Amino acid sequence: MSTRALPFAIGSAPKRVLPGFGLSLGVSLLFISLVLLLPMTGLFGQLAGLSLAEYWAIISDGRVVASYTVTIGAAAVAALVNGAFGLLLAWVLVRYEFPGKRLLDALMDLPFALPTAVAGITLATLYSSNGWMGRLLEPLGLQVAYTWVGIALAMAFTSIPFVVRTVQPVLEDLPVEVDEAALTLGANDGTAFRRVILPHLWPALVTGTGLAFVRSLGEFGAIIFIAGNMPYETEITALMIFVRLQEYDYAGASAIASVVLFVSLALLLAINIWQGRFIKRLHGGGG
Amino acid sequence: MQRIGDAPAVRRGLILAAVALSALFLLLPLVAIFAQAFAQGMAVFWTNVSNEYTVAAIGLTLFITVLTIPVCLVFGVALAWLVTRFQFPGRRVLQTLIDIPFAVSPVVAGLIYLLLYGRNGWLGGLLDGHDIQLMFAWPGILMVTIFVTCPFVARELIPLMQAQGSREEEAAVTLGAPGWTIFRRVTLPNIRWALLYGVILTNARAVGEFGAVSVVSGAIRGQTNTLPLHLEQLYQDYNTVGAFASAALLALIALLTLAAKAGLEWRAARQEAHA
Repeated sequence: MSTRALPFAIGSAPKRVLPGFGLSLGVSLLFISLVLLLPMTGLFGQLAGLSLAEYWAIISDGRVVASYTVTIGAAAVAALVNGAFGLLLAWVLVRYEFPGKRLLDALMDLPFALPTAVAGITLATLYSSNGWMGRLLEPLGLQVAYTWVGIALAMAFTSIPFVVRTVQPVLEDLPVEVDEAALTLGANDGTAFRRVILPHLWPALVTGTGLAFVRSLGEFGAIIFIAGNMPYETEITALMIFVRLQEYDYAGASAIASVVLFVSLALLLAINIWQGRFIKRLHGGGG
Repeated sequence: MQRIGDAPAVRRGLILAAVALSALFLLLPLVAIFAQAFAQGMAVFWTNVSNEYTVAAIGLTLFITVLTIPVCLVFGVALAWLVTRFQFPGRRVLQTLIDIPFAVSPVVAGLIYLLLYGRNGWLGGLLDGHDIQLMFAWPGILMVTIFVTCPFVARELIPLMQAQGSREEEAAVTLGAPGWTIFRRVTLPNIRWALLYGVILTNARAVGEFGAVSVVSGAIRGQTNTLPLHLEQLYQDYNTVGAFASAALLALIALLTLAAKAGLEWRAARQEAHA
């Protein structure tokens, strides 16, 4: 999208013709400072009261480390599952026509529109031992509720749209010639998809899966109902922050939160850079 | 002309897999919400919804949402105007900063507000001296809701305004139109549908926010309980049908959001076809 806007941006760069620069700059900076940046000072203030050894002791505590493992492991599984599921859905929605397609397309946004707490209690109810799904799965030996499988399921549910909505536009823009070239050269569907289509989708697929992963790391409302929240076993890091707060251990909560904050901001930056490089490469390659 | 995956067997198999998986993972939960809410009949559903604490929670949720939307609207339009109509150093930084609320865990968002404005925070201590309490009261809920929802309007407007360019506005300037007239008569008609969609997304998130709100609310029944917090309490009290009655109200808003999105997209596609 930024490549398309580039010619215009260069053309209008030198002088400001339009009014409202001062006003919009003022409103934006005031808002960003007050709403986004000022609250961060509270966190750093709290952290400043800790020595490095105290800080390390809090964030490397056994129960907290266990929560990192659970969160990262489940988020990785959820992101990978969504990578495959999202690719399938994007493909089907772009390439095929079938009755109910518009409904299926609309359904993809449900996880973003549905409040996380609603998703949480619903999944917990569905997958508990007497729920519709739990009743079917438990005789097969698959316990979902109150295990890390349930955590991964809740994470996957809330982050499905990221992959679908990132891959979909790229697939739509892929010209027919790409398909024709591969097929006339005699490749079968599987080979053609892997060798010709996938390399085009790869950057979008990684971006979407990455966004799903970041979202899963921070997710709270959808998970806590189905997780069971057993210390060392099914406790996610977001809940650890919450637990420390309820113990009035503000320093502990802040230290753990700083780890979560740092990791998610670093991942967001990495995804932005990855996306930027990809766009530049396409643009450079085009001329 | 043959395209990859056009063979009937492949095509049917993939559509079937996509529909079956979506039905299982997305549609089934949606159906379950309403099935649970109405499990004991319409009368019980109505009793649950008209319960005084549920009504209070609905009221607070609406109050917070109504205050959040105009704030996000003004900020979103100002930021989109700024980054799409002017070139200046730091433009990219602003666009990255606006993504922060999307990356930050809602619990962390609630926490940083609590640390600043809570009694132990440097600003909260100051306010406490003047008997102003923001945390564990509605102003705190409002502040974190604005934090988590502020990117939506800007995120909808920026790509659109970038693609549209500013030629029409520049023409209006040369014709001598004053700033507000340009915005009202030239820009607004071009962006109104994206603006509306941004507001719909803001509304959906403001109504449903849970993690951030649960940190700063204190969850006092009838006072600082929003609808999502209220359904959590009911669920923890094993009042499943009551919890799902509130959940059904929220799911209804989610469905209206999806319908509005589909409607706006249909409109945009039709306009494109006409143009």
